[in-house]
Amino acid sequence: MKHLKTSRSPISQQAYVPKPPENLETIGGTVTVQINGETITVPFGTTILEACRMADIYIPTLCAHEDLGIGGHCRLCLVDVEGMRTLQASCAFPITSPIKVKTSTTAVRKARKHIMELLLSEHVGECYACVKNGNCELQTLAKELGVDHFTFGHRTESKFPVDRSSYSVIRDMDKCINCRRCVRTCIDLQEVGCLEAIGRGAETHIDTFMSKPLADVICINCGQCINRCPTGALYANDPSDEIWRAIEDPTKHVVIQTAPSPRAAIGEEFGLEPGISVTRELNTALHRIGFDRVFDTNFTADLTIMEEGTELLTKLKKALVDGDKDVKLPQFTSCSPGWVKYIEHFYPDYLDHLSTAKSPQQMFGAVIKTFYAEQAGIDPEDIVSVALMPCSAKKFECNRPEMTSSGYKDVDYGLTAREMSNMIKEAGLKVPDLPQSDFDNPFGLGSGAGLIFGATGGVMEAALRTVYELVTGKEVPFENLRIEPTRGFEGVKTSSILLEDCVPEYSFLNGVTLKFMVAHGTANAKKVMEMLVAGELSDVHFIEIMACPGGCLGGGGQPIPTNARIRAARAKAIYAEEEMLPVRKSHENSHITEFYRKFIPEGPCSQKSHELLHTHYTKRGKFIV
Amino acid sequence: MLELEKNNLTREIEEFAGNYNNNRTALMPLLEYIQGKYHHIPDFAQQEVARVLDIHPVEVYGVVSFYSFLNEKPKGRNIVRLCKSVICDMGGRCAIAKAIEREIGVKFGETSPDLKVTLEFTNCLGMCDQGPAMIVNDRVYTKLDPETACAIVREIK
Amino acid sequence: MIPNDVTNTIHDSSLLFSSYEAGSALKKALNMTREDILFELKASKLKGRGGAGFPTSTKWMLVAAAKGDDKFIICNADEGEPGTFKDRVLLMNYPFLVLDGMVIGAYTVGAQHGYIYLRGEYVYMRDYLEDCLAEMREDNLLGDNILGKEGFNFDISIVMGAGAYVCGEETALIESLEGQRGEPRNRPPYPVNTGLCGQPTTVNNVETLATVPHILLMGGEEYAKRGTASSAGSKLFSVSGDCDKPGVYELPWGITINELLEKVGARDTKAVQVGGASGVCVPKSKFNRTLSFEDAPTGGSIMIFNESRDMLHVLKNFMEFFVEESCGQCTPCRIGNQKLLEGVEMIERKDYTFSYINDLKDLAHTMKVASKCGLGQSSPNPFLSILEDFKDEIFLTKCNGGV
Repeated sequence: MKHLKTSRSPISQQAYVPKPPENLETIGGTVTVQINGETITVPFGTTILEACRMADIYIPTLCAHEDLGIGGHCRLCLVDVEGMRTLQASCAFPITSPIKVKTSTTAVRKARKHIMELLLSEHVGECYACVKNGNCELQTLAKELGVDHFTFGHRTESKFPVDRSSYSVIRDMDKCINCRRCVRTCIDLQEVGCLEAIGRGAETHIDTFMSKPLADVICINCGQCINRCPTGALYANDPSDEIWRAIEDPTKHVVIQTAPSPRAAIGEEFGLEPGISVTRELNTALHRIGFDRVFDTNFTADLTIMEEGTELLTKLKKALVDGDKDVKLPQFTSCSPGWVKYIEHFYPDYLDHLSTAKSPQQMFGAVIKTFYAEQAGIDPEDIVSVALMPCSAKKFECNRPEMTSSGYKDVDYGLTAREMSNMIKEAGLKVPDLPQSDFDNPFGLGSGAGLIFGATGGVMEAALRTVYELVTGKEVPFENLRIEPTRGFEGVKTSSILLEDCVPEYSFLNGVTLKFMVAHGTANAKKVMEMLVAGELSDVHFIEIMACPGGCLGGGGQPIPTNARIRAARAKAIYAEEEMLPVRKSHENSHITEFYRKFIPEGPCSQKSHELLHTHYTKRGKFIV
Repeated sequence: MLELEKNNLTREIEEFAGNYNNNRTALMPLLEYIQGKYHHIPDFAQQEVARVLDIHPVEVYGVVSFYSFLNEKPKGRNIVRLCKSVICDMGGRCAIAKAIEREIGVKFGETSPDLKVTLEFTNCLGMCDQGPAMIVNDRVYTKLDPETACAIVREIK
Repeated sequence: MIPNDVTNTIHDSSLLFSSYEAGSALKKALNMTREDILFELKASKLKGRGGAGFPTSTKWMLVAAAKGDDKFIICNADEGEPGTFKDRVLLMNYPFLVLDGMVIGAYTVGAQHGYIYLRGEYVYMRDYLEDCLAEMREDNLLGDNILGKEGFNFDISIVMGAGAYVCGEETALIESLEGQRGEPRNRPPYPVNTGLCGQPTTVNNVETLATVPHILLMGGEEYAKRGTASSAGSKLFSVSGDCDKPGVYELPWGITINELLEKVGARDTKAVQVGGASGVCVPKSKFNRTLSFEDAPTGGSIMIFNESRDMLHVLKNFMEFFVEESCGQCTPCRIGNQKLLEGVEMIERKDYTFSYINDLKDLAHTMKVASKCGLGQSSPNPFLSILEDFKDEIFLTKCNGGV
């Protein structure tokens, strides 16, 4: 009996690209179709939906998402194709012949409205008491389709309890409309595999393995499902009430650090186009809300580069000079808590490859409740440390039991860009209208290298700028410090840089080609890990991995929606802002040198820095108890 | 589950899937085999199946929950499935069901506490020309009336 | 043969149940070219017997013409439509007819492997069918270089379903074979191009495959002489319900319901459900309708209800069936069927308004065009036909002694 390799996910869920005809060359590879009487020529295999978008014809969609494979579940995008007995889902229909399409017949309009009314009849909850109010695709579509009453009723009693077990992601399945974007995100896009459609018929719903709480399964908290959920069924665990309480408590000293990615995206929550950075306006907003200090996470991003870079150089020395066979290379970055949890679950035997350096958020947490508390003369017990992050996994990260190097919980709350924007709106502020202001000292200065952590490849670029210069004494040989091979949204990037004319201390690296890789999204991380397991990466030295597609700027805590265009705009904003900064290399950040001089005079990777700025990992494995 | 049982189960799964090159096409036959032998597919087995076929456990759970004859929760060693489709219904399905329930003290949709028998309704068994019909384990019984049905169920009880 | 109290009652057989020597049609087929076989099939005007009625010759031609590393032929023995049991009879009494049909199909389309997707409820047939397959392997009707035909290698395996009606839909069946939830796929692509494991695949009903050997033996044109213009040949009808002689009947297409009722000994008949739960319910006044693709199509299920039956109860049974057996993937089918069932329950409780019932009828029409697969497209059929044709019975109920 013969067994063919089947695809991992159902073929129906993958983007179907029909086999082009053999005479494609002669016919030119295009098909001419008629949409609402207008003729348009599209590439062979274009879906009707894509063709309509090209022709500026709007089609309502719900289960379709640019980042994901085809669903065809919701049936909202139905259109009339001449000669077909039934209406066709335009998202799933590839054009291979000159068809005639009508997008707004009576039957089509009626069907769309019926479908929307059916979805609403099973959608429990009221819009004004929902986290997605105002940014809900279901709500918007209901209005667009002219739904003015619940023709088929509206269920009010809850069917599923809300799953609040996770530090990061809350699941309210009463609001779920079974579009399965989260399933396609979790299984196909991220290849984590926590969520799947369970049951059949009327009982069909989205659930975890054996319907266990999310905290008990192998969720990596990346929050990509939240970013793609069209309703309020998935949302992040919001700590803003507690933060408000802390702000209002006069005995508490509340500090906040802001990561680069939310600053490049939070403007979207206030109606700005994607790709406009509002860093300094945001500082004003945070001050006005009542945060006692606003710090720049770029500072600890620089610190991360110092620690992680030194760690890499130490490992290289051990491997190349001492011939130590136990040194685990390549070294992986550890800034992304989603990625860290992914490797803990899926490749627990390879944790030694992970840099022990904490993420910038956790480094800052440890520094604030030690160094800063000491400097400012504040009892660390009275400090409430908040982190504005693009990330839902950061909420889990700050609750890890090992993240208490200061003797306290290093970071008290991780806050997403969405939650922050809500707090700002609650305070009656509009970020884009505010005057600009600076970060507070002593951590007011972050380098551009720290800023680009927000985009995939950024950590690698920052590390290379520093490592290359430390080793050779020269700037990286790229125009205006733009290390192009690390940039862009290709899933896995591989490149190398030759180390020449090294300074005496690093003469052992003379002539060594430093080979590095960059991957983003855990599906790509999986590809890299499979290569590592297969022994194909023995010549690679350093690998950056981010759990989210696009890196932090596409994080699970960023404004919704997300797609390739929005992520590219955010990346552009980050790279543009970076070139404006006076300091663009981590080791040239004067606050960093100051910090080491005052607080860790032994320098990076010394014992004290290990106690404070490094961590350890847990072999979690995949088995769900 | 005891460690020994788990090891046995793992070995069985690995052997079975090996015949299919550990390909996902093995999933349905494999689940059917486990269901037949253990009367349900415990979560340990689901995870082992997922590991061996290199898919996610939740995908296995999704499949198990989709098919009526696969169960993740323990079922009785004997499963009585009484056809509830319209022709058997007209032939007296309701009276037969009530008689069986009285006879063995288990309701339809439930499993006896000693895990000896599970009563279920099922959709059309393809026996409409000789209904009412039921399947007890793999065997079909047709042209039932309350009395004969109870006699059959008593045998297994 | 099979240790069960299953009796297969066959009435009125003109063709399928005539004597057939195992392998005889196959021998003939292997001496023909593929084109000749397709020509005979085309001449026979054979249409798929599962209910959808797609021309078999076209389907096989598409698979034969499609490019793929591998090709598959699947026998759809997931006979789940309520009231249908003809495949059971065919597989138990005439397995070689079906299996020969599969081998001929494999030869015609160029498939190297075949699957019988047998519904879980028919598990008692499995061992018997395995024995049949073993016998065929012994006689070189399966295996390598079948009957000396150089390079024609083909074998068949049996895969069990596990209690999901929707897996009778061909793409859901393929998903199930691939180890997925049995959820129908988006079409296009069609299985003839992208089927099992992405390869060209033909999925044929048991009865279709069983008809092929007879067509080859008697010739396509001869076969097409039976039946009507658009519904050539004869059809197996699974007759059940209120009649004296339930069982399987082989009758030419185009017979009227009246004629059929006469044959099966049905008296006092109020309604006939043609085509199973997803078919239409024909009232007495329309018993002159013909069973054919052009009038009342059916995969073979004929359920007879006499005057004593409560049609609302029948409808409720059907709707419960669909609510349970919908795959749950697309909105119109998953929620729509629930709404229709709720509507039936409202009528049952006498707690309804006609404006809402009309909304539901509207919805039913939407479901017919908006659902992803045949299940959701046909599940509103009984709702619409029963509420329309039996409205007096259902809505004109007794009220305070008067009507």
